[in-house]
Amino acid sequence: MKDNSNGSNNLNNNRIATKELTLNLGPQHPATHGVLRLVLDLNGETIVKCTPYIGYLHRGVEKLAEHRNYLQILPLTDRLDYISSMSNNIGYCVAVEKLFGIELPERTEFIRTIAGEMSRIANHLLWLATHALDIGAMTVFLYCFREREKILDFFERLCGARLTVSYTRVGGLKNDVEPQWLEDLYKFTDEFPMRIEQYETLIDKNRIWLRRTKGVGVISAEEALNWGLSGPALRGSGVPYDVRKTMPYGAYDKVKWEVPTGKNGDVYDRYRVRMEEFRQSNSIIRQCIEKLPDGAIMADAPKFVLPAKDRVLSDMEHLIHHFVLITKGPQTAPEGELYVATEVPKGELGFYFVSDGTGKPYRMRVRSPSFVHVSALPKITEGELVADVIANIGSIDIVLGECDR
Amino acid sequence: MEPLEIANRIRDKFPLEVADIKTFRDQVFVSVKSGKIIDICRYLYEDPDIFMNFLSDLCGVDYPGRTHRFEVVYSLYSIKHNHRIILKALILEDNPAIDSVVQIWSGANWHEREACDMYGIVFNGHPDLRRILMPDDWEGFPLRKDYPLKGREDREYRGLEELKELHAHDRDWNIG
Repeated sequence: MKDNSNGSNNLNNNRIATKELTLNLGPQHPATHGVLRLVLDLNGETIVKCTPYIGYLHRGVEKLAEHRNYLQILPLTDRLDYISSMSNNIGYCVAVEKLFGIELPERTEFIRTIAGEMSRIANHLLWLATHALDIGAMTVFLYCFREREKILDFFERLCGARLTVSYTRVGGLKNDVEPQWLEDLYKFTDEFPMRIEQYETLIDKNRIWLRRTKGVGVISAEEALNWGLSGPALRGSGVPYDVRKTMPYGAYDKVKWEVPTGKNGDVYDRYRVRMEEFRQSNSIIRQCIEKLPDGAIMADAPKFVLPAKDRVLSDMEHLIHHFVLITKGPQTAPEGELYVATEVPKGELGFYFVSDGTGKPYRMRVRSPSFVHVSALPKITEGELVADVIANIGSIDIVLGECDR
Repeated sequence: MEPLEIANRIRDKFPLEVADIKTFRDQVFVSVKSGKIIDICRYLYEDPDIFMNFLSDLCGVDYPGRTHRFEVVYSLYSIKHNHRIILKALILEDNPAIDSVVQIWSGANWHEREACDMYGIVFNGHPDLRRILMPDDWEGFPLRKDYPLKGREDREYRGLEELKELHAHDRDWNIG
């Protein structure tokens, strides 16, 4: 909501002196979704200037990665965007596999796609829950967590962990899926569209929700592109850019799905885009389960990928590879550099590797969507009301673990 | 357009600036001198056939021992044409400075601040060049190769001594 009437002038006419007020929001504030600190310069209730301060969660992941081999970095990626760690795992592995030149078995591609979309649903559920809670719709929170809990249970059955999953491996997966698991997941996708309708019934036509979101935090398509926004934050402004479509990885080019976009680029459109993504993800999971091919789950590249256990126990060379990979990690990597982007729930997650031929990356750069989105926050919030800051933070969907790395 | 064709166009347009063109796994890397980076980026942004309207990433890399110790890497992508190219600007160690591209892509703002924070590369013309991830009074540039992984062990982070004294009478915090 733009405050076009100049509030301070009116007040001055009534001879009430006003002055600019500086308000500190965070870093310890439940509605900033982590440790984000904003310093807001206010004129009345209008934001004149918004300055974000980040770095409270900086753990030096990029520096740490330079001192670890390619197989050891994977758990670090879990802790970037801890809401959707599965997507980070996939993003990292896709990048490293491209660097190594590993071809994946088709089954792995499909399972990764299923897991990635489950992660997207879980992420958007948490986003919807907290975003609605921030704006004042408390009931949605409990409804969303009901389904998120189910997805996390599926993760637990899949790989033993719920949040920091570390499920993918360079060149494959930790373990194969069980038929019963697939069957239960398929049942979940049967009923999930009905759940989405439930959330929409709660808020979609709610007058308070519409007033708090429509026309708030508008960013045009040109500006969004110029600021480097990606994911639903960009698609809400009407740009149909999705890495899964433009540079497909996994099985995204083998299933049918659409890229939902908004029109106005406001909080409401970004909300609508994510609600549509629920349906698309659900449909992708269903198609992948239906088409899931049989076969191995690990690629055949013994210098980088752990060989199958039965081969290790029966074949000396594989035993040696296994031993070297476990104790020392990969000894060589192709020399070169590359930038690989994947679409995580929040936007474009890019990994830029410089490899000098050793088993450790010379440089690993993480281009995290949250970092870019927070940098555009002043652009979105300035000139708006202070009460809408929280709605804006929620709508660009940030996680500070990924922002600060 | 094929990435290699874009690289050739850059070389035709700026023959003196382009130092090297490399290809790895279908990605094309163009190394350029840092002097005319604004002109090159503006050309890539404004040429309708190239139209790199999305700055995916900008980061620094440190190569101690080389004449040009630092590189600033621009991952450019065109959403309209669906092509990507990676531009690398070479920077000398003695004077690690390069012009800022914030005037072309606003999104470069924080990426450049981070490169400055982590490598000490100065971006001329940047609207607000401050440290971003490290504290304002941090000494040194953590992602440089000569910066140890565990930090400088001879130095304690400021404020720790004061914190210990402050709480010494309150309670036994067992800090340090």
